[in-house]
Amino acid sequence: MLDMPKSPTAGIVQRCEDLFADLTFESARVWKAARPGRKVVGYMPYYAPREIIHAAGALPLGILGGGDQLEVIHGDAYYQSYICRIPRSTIELGVSGRLDFVDGMLFPSICDVIRNLSGMWKLMFPKQEARYVDLPQNFEEDVGGEFYRSELNEIREWLARITGKPVTDEAVRASIALFNENRALVREAYALRAKEPWNVPSSELYLLLRAGLVLPVEDHSQLMRDYLASVREQRRAIKDNCRVVLSGVFCEQPPLNLIKSIELSGCYIVDDDFMLVTRWEKSDVAIDGDPIANLAHAFIADSVSTSPKYEPDQAKKGLYLVDSVRGNRAEGVIFAMPSFCDPALLERPMLQSVLKAHGVPQIAFKYAENSGQMQPIREQAGTFADSIKLWSGA
Amino acid sequence: MTVITRPKAKPAEVIKDASMTKQKEMMSRHYDRLSDAPERGEKVAATFVPGNLNELLMCFDFVNNLPEVNAIQNGLRKTSGNFVMEAEKLGHSEDVCTYVKSDIGMMAKGNIGPNGRKLPDPDVLLLSYTGCFTFMKWFELLRQQYNCETIMLQTPYLADGKITKEMIRYMVKQLEQDVIPKLEKVSGVKFDIDRLREYLRKSAKAEDDLVWVLQSAKTKPSPIDAYFGGIYYIGPIFGAFRGTDDAIDYYRFLREEVEERIAEGKGPVTPDGDMGKERYRLVVEGPPNYTHFRQFWKMFYDEGAVVVASSYTKVGGCYDFGFRHDPANPLESLAEYCLNVYTNRNLPMRVDMLENYVNEYEADGLLINSIKSCNSFSAGQLLIMREVEKRTGKPAAFIETDLVDPRYFSAANIKNRLESYFQMIEQKRAGLRGAA
Repeated sequence: MLDMPKSPTAGIVQRCEDLFADLTFESARVWKAARPGRKVVGYMPYYAPREIIHAAGALPLGILGGGDQLEVIHGDAYYQSYICRIPRSTIELGVSGRLDFVDGMLFPSICDVIRNLSGMWKLMFPKQEARYVDLPQNFEEDVGGEFYRSELNEIREWLARITGKPVTDEAVRASIALFNENRALVREAYALRAKEPWNVPSSELYLLLRAGLVLPVEDHSQLMRDYLASVREQRRAIKDNCRVVLSGVFCEQPPLNLIKSIELSGCYIVDDDFMLVTRWEKSDVAIDGDPIANLAHAFIADSVSTSPKYEPDQAKKGLYLVDSVRGNRAEGVIFAMPSFCDPALLERPMLQSVLKAHGVPQIAFKYAENSGQMQPIREQAGTFADSIKLWSGA
Repeated sequence: MTVITRPKAKPAEVIKDASMTKQKEMMSRHYDRLSDAPERGEKVAATFVPGNLNELLMCFDFVNNLPEVNAIQNGLRKTSGNFVMEAEKLGHSEDVCTYVKSDIGMMAKGNIGPNGRKLPDPDVLLLSYTGCFTFMKWFELLRQQYNCETIMLQTPYLADGKITKEMIRYMVKQLEQDVIPKLEKVSGVKFDIDRLREYLRKSAKAEDDLVWVLQSAKTKPSPIDAYFGGIYYIGPIFGAFRGTDDAIDYYRFLREEVEERIAEGKGPVTPDGDMGKERYRLVVEGPPNYTHFRQFWKMFYDEGAVVVASSYTKVGGCYDFGFRHDPANPLESLAEYCLNVYTNRNLPMRVDMLENYVNEYEADGLLINSIKSCNSFSAGQLLIMREVEKRTGKPAAFIETDLVDPRYFSAANIKNRLESYFQMIEQKRAGLRGAA
């Protein structure tokens, strides 16, 4: 490894990895301390209206649990063994003071565990504002859309209480423009990875996305631009890997080593559902007009499909995964899902049957954010890659 | 070594009071009606216990089928274990809800209901998405199987501890624009709001008597067991009978029976007969285990422990804070009903409720039965236990079982924990006596 030339993206990736490894959120603390009165608002997976947080002058901070480097001591005392790991490590972050600089926390309606965590947070951290984000499962503009507009307006008022000043329409429009730009850069990186996965390793793209959850959007967009410029300059060796879509990683995060292990076992990940909040809206959110209505419309009519969402049309159930396979020229799907994750594990049989009907090979395994043993994952993914190369009709 | 095996003694006949027998007859009659539905030309709607809109379904002449109740019945009959394993063989994760897997396993094995007869395929799935994320995926799974109309009704979560006008408006709009038109289409019956009002009027009557019965446990000794016995009591109103004359009759009958028990100074009826001296009064949080229901209950009544209040008996409707179905505001009332169910309440509301139960019912403490496969109930229960213990000063305890998966019922462990808990209560009492 020592004789490998240094990649032009190495510095950027190293910065992202440092941010990823920092469980005290030093960069967000520095941002907050830089100007008196600044506020930080945390949010959990899988989606939060970051534009409104930004428009309130606060820093949206993604909280994705403690990963594999956090020793969970207190958190385990709040959960039975059959509950997933992300809430217990999030409690650990809170109890250990790592989130003491956070002024508010948003808990989206992804599952019952995160839902209940919103109430636990109210009881355990009464000095910190905690709010549940009730996302609509009715996708009619004048029904679910209207409800979501009222929900977004309540969040806007909640943020105004935290910051002490109103969140204006003008500020929300400006924030939408910034996040549109950021999402476009993320989409560009995803498209580039699908085209040249050997040049954009998923372990790098993952770290870039993680950086976007702790940095101000303006800084992250610049980081993305720098990365995209650098990555286009480099030419890494093409490997005889198969192309896979990774599904099920939208909430509790796998260890970074798990992503690397999949790649090392002979798979290029060409699409995934990591941190969907970074590309939730499939195209730009409209800027003109009522910005809250525009955000609600984008959620209702133009957001990605994923397990925690209801699919009203049985004929469309799971097709998003087939489309991802086809659109990204993937040869198979790896379902990697956190243990005890209701949205992912209840959905899996339905997705598997859709993939089977479309002749898409697949494997499935479970993980926890602190999984340590990667050899079984590597063997399973490696065997899957070999079987695709040997037996697939592609 | 010679092992002498003896034939197992036949379990003693379960003793039931008259209301329990009447309830069982009602449930049997309903299952027969379900099995006969295709022959009689009746259409079937599957839906859930929390957010069960039985009055609305009756407006369209649907027969109500509740997959959770089927799973419970299979648990009580000890058939759910095989169904759960069947679903796991089909690829469903060992980590997810066993109600779902029992239901899917039952379908895979021919969909034979608790009455030993085939249950009909539903004509419509009314996905009343109230207080449980799993419901949404469960009916997506069933929709894949049955390929029938599926109607989503989303109930917002009471995250801030209150019902807002926006929540009601969202639900009423769903009812008006989506749920009712689709029910009309599937049933071929036009919606008549006056018919709904009449059903709601009947619901409110039965609800009054149910609340009276559940609150009778404030009497000492308690004439009822509000958890194990409570499961019998909630059956009709949480199931297919809310809004019917049958429900009014049943709850009046039950109330009279309980009044009689109070007059005679009697405790609850258990499967082994009248309970002996009431020694411990408990509040219980969480659903029961159904695969070993009688054995589980026996661990309580053998020790003189009676459950005076439980959260589980509020999962299909929370009436003890004054809510009643209101014929004057029918759709708003249905919305409010869904919003109020126990698992749709946030953690601070649940803590407040349990704390109040411990105080108002003069309980000795809180016992949590944590269900392995029910995140809606279970996530956060260890904090609930600490909070209630802190606020009431009464001891709390924690046991773990599952709803309908017999693999997660460890009788020796549970009994051991319960005995320790009762000792803890004794010590607490002795401490108080000493202090006085």
